[in-house]
Formats: sequence, C-alpha cells, structure tokens
Amino acid sequence: MCNMPLLEVENLNVHLGTNHILRDVNFSISRGESLAIIGPNGAGKTILLKVLLELVPYSGKALWEKGIKVGYVPQKIEADRQIPLTVWNLLDAKAKTIGSERKEVRDVAKSVGIAEHTLRTELRHISGGQFQRVLIAFALLGKPDIILFDEPTASIDEQGEEQVYEVIHRLQDELNIAVIVVSHDLSFVYRHATSVLCLNKHGLCFGRPDQVLTPEKLTELYSAPFGYYHHIHENNHGH
Amino acid sequence: MATNELYSLILAILTAGAAGVVGSFALMKKMSLAGDVVAHLALPGLGAALLWKINPLVGAAATLLLGTLLIWQLEKRSSLQTDTSIGVIFTAALAVGALLTPKEELIEALFGGFAKLSLFGFSLGVLGVFAIVATTLALRNRLILNIFSPELAKSAGVSVHLTNLIYLLVFALTILLGLQFLGAILVGALIIVPAAIGRELAKTFPQFLTISAIAGALSVVLGYAISQIYGLDLGPVVVAVSAALFGITLFRKKS
Repeated sequence: MCNMPLLEVENLNVHLGTNHILRDVNFSISRGESLAIIGPNGAGKTILLKVLLELVPYSGKALWEKGIKVGYVPQKIEADRQIPLTVWNLLDAKAKTIGSERKEVRDVAKSVGIAEHTLRTELRHISGGQFQRVLIAFALLGKPDIILFDEPTASIDEQGEEQVYEVIHRLQDELNIAVIVVSHDLSFVYRHATSVLCLNKHGLCFGRPDQVLTPEKLTELYSAPFGYYHHIHENNHGH
Repeated sequence: MATNELYSLILAILTAGAAGVVGSFALMKKMSLAGDVVAHLALPGLGAALLWKINPLVGAAATLLLGTLLIWQLEKRSSLQTDTSIGVIFTAALAVGALLTPKEELIEALFGGFAKLSLFGFSLGVLGVFAIVATTLALRNRLILNIFSPELAKSAGVSVHLTNLIYLLVFALTILLGLQFLGAILVGALIIVPAAIGRELAKTFPQFLTISAIAGALSVVLGYAISQIYGLDLGPVVVAVSAALFGITLFRKKS
C-alpha cells in the first residue's frame, strides 16, 4: 500500500455488559478509499461505527491518523422533525458551533445537491431522500477527511437510494474523501467499494470485494448462528 | 400604581418573555412538563425558609439547585430520559414541601401572588432575566445540535453533558423567577404554553423563539389587566390567558 492508512483497526473487541459484541476485528482504510461494511442485522456494524467515533468503549487498537476529521451520517435520527427548524437553521447551528463560515454551508449544500429553496424549507416538509442529503451536508461541514455512513439508504425509496449513492461516490471522486459505508446493498459494494469488511460479531473477511466476496463467504456471513435476520425498521427489503 | 407594584409587573413581563425562550428549547427537548416538575423542587426549600424565617426565595433556590444537579447526574449516569429522572425526585420534593410549608403560606406558595418588589429585588430579577436570555441564546446552536442528535452534536465537538447542565441551571433560574408570581403549581405553564404558541405559528427557528417570548410577555400584560379589572388573582388569570391565546392559534390555523 503506497499511502499511510487513515485508520488502522487491530484486534478490536467490544463488550457491553456481559455481551461480547465485537470480537477481534481487523481492517484499515486509506485516503480516498471506500470501505463497505456488510453483515446481517445485529452483527455489530453500527457499534463498530460508534467505536470509531469514540462513543463506545473498546479494547484493542483503533488508531486514526493524527489530526483527522471524521464526519458521521447516522442511520436513524431520533429527532423530532416537527420542530420549527429549517434545513438552513440546522446546518447553520453546526457551522457556528465549529466556527465555519456561512459560505461553507452554501458550498456543502450545493455539493450534495440541496437546492437553495430547500435550505429555507422546514425539516418536516422535506422528503426522506432530501433529509439524507441534509445529514450528509451536516457531516461535510468542517471539511472531514473521512465520513462514516450507517446504512445511508435505509429509510428512502429506490430512486432516492441511487441518488444518495451517487452523492457518496462524487464525494470520493471530487473531494477525495474516504468513506466507510455500512450497507445491505451488495450492488453498491461491488460497484463503488474499494474494500469490504464482512462482519458478524467478528470480521469474517476483509479485502477487495471481487476477491473476498465468494458465495461461500456470503453464505457463511448471513447464516452464522447469531446472524438471524430481523426487520424491525424496514417494511420491504429488495433482497 | 405604586412603584414597587410596577417593578413587580415589569419583572413578571420580562420573566415570562425569558420563559418563552427557555420553554422553546424545553419543548424541543420534549421536557415541557419538566417545568411543572422542577417547580415542585422549590417547595421544600421554600417551606423550610418560611419555617426558619429567612427569605423564601433563598430556600427555594437552594433546593432547586440541589434538585437540578441531581437530575443532571441521573440523566448522565442512567439511560433514563430527563422526564423520568425528574419524576423520581419531584414527587418526594412535593411531599416534603407540603409537610414543611406553614398552612397559611401554602396557597401562595402553590399558586403565587403579586409581591411588591424593592428596587434591589427588581434589579436582581432583571439581572437574572438578562442572564437567562443571554445564556440561552449563546447556547442555542449547541442546544439545537444536542436536541437534534446527541451523537451528531458530539461529532461536532459539543460537550453534551455540559450543555445539558447549563441549560438545566438556566431552566431552574427561570422557574425561580416565575415562582414569585405564579407559584409552584402554575409556573410550569410559563415554560409550556408560550412555546406551544410559538411552535404553532413559527416557520423558522428565530421566529419560534421570538413568538414564544412575545406570547409569554403578552400573557402577563393581558392577565394583569384582566386581574385588575375583575379583582382576580394574577397567577391563574395569566395562565388562563396564555391557554386562551394557544386556543386561538389552533383555531386560526384550521380556519
């Protein structure tokens, strides 16, 4: 590998109470790369992202390159979208908190395809796809080197899904931002990910998608004893 | 109107305005009812102070502060929601307060009155209102992020617990100021009702804060006028007026 990794994870373990949530997870990601994390529900994918954000205690190594700025797009926001807050109000709140200029709000909004009139719209009046763009814009404020996406398309329709993936792909191409994407969508993994981590409590595989995603591996990943499939939040699932 | 009555009226109007601003965030944090509950925390201190013949507000402030810190700790350590942790403390506080407060003072402690303020008391109160509004506005962006998503707030470098503590302290100070003229039972209305009006009418966040503040202040002005004309108690009239204003906003929206 020619460049230093942005993030190196070695023998990472997470215990919550008596539960051993993650076991000996190993992977790394470098600048401009795109890592997909796949695995059944309950495999610890979201927890892994939270470890990387230092929201959850862990043992082992999760080492960021010095001075790295990390953006985060969560799977689900428990926010009350009924509050009288426009898209601008929300993005501006972050910009002011981190000391960015107003211009940056307009720039990031533009880069993820949020129209000027959408900025003035209340959060409760925008679609799921637009809301996802708002969250990406939120993560982009402060010029992060890497963005962590937790199932970025979980709550939106197929068309919106494609657009969100396009936005993510563009971030990599144009801004050279590394991304880690938790995704159920294997077509995304094959098309856009430079590497993939199969996770089911422990890391089952890590490497280039075309090399490590063998049918055997996928079967093992999705049929491991603790990997039973729950669909609580999604009504229909395309695969 | 005597000067000290005017002082009281002006302070009541300012307090109600500040409560509108503080209440707007309480509404977004889904802790609207906490105003009612936190107010009860003042009761044991108030009762004890009356027993020992010291300034009741000092006693009230002491137990409010204690209760607020306790709530903050509970919120920080357990996964309980703010509302739930407050609920645990306040029932005990209300019981102790009712036992301590002398019978003849209990009604005023619960439903408020119209104290005549000295210039010193007035100045202190105005300073308090200024502190409440200035702190809340300075904190507003962090609060918005905190409310929107604590995780995203953390990712933006916001200290979630510290922000919560400062907000809770400002919240308690608002209750303390409102306590004088609305009493422990009614003061919660200052937190809830103006903010509810603001939410109904506002389209943007600055509008939300402004309308809530105006609705609070207007309730006191109209409430004072009505209570003077009909010789009624100020506290209940103010709350009834604010509730009526809320009713009108609902009606307006549908028509």
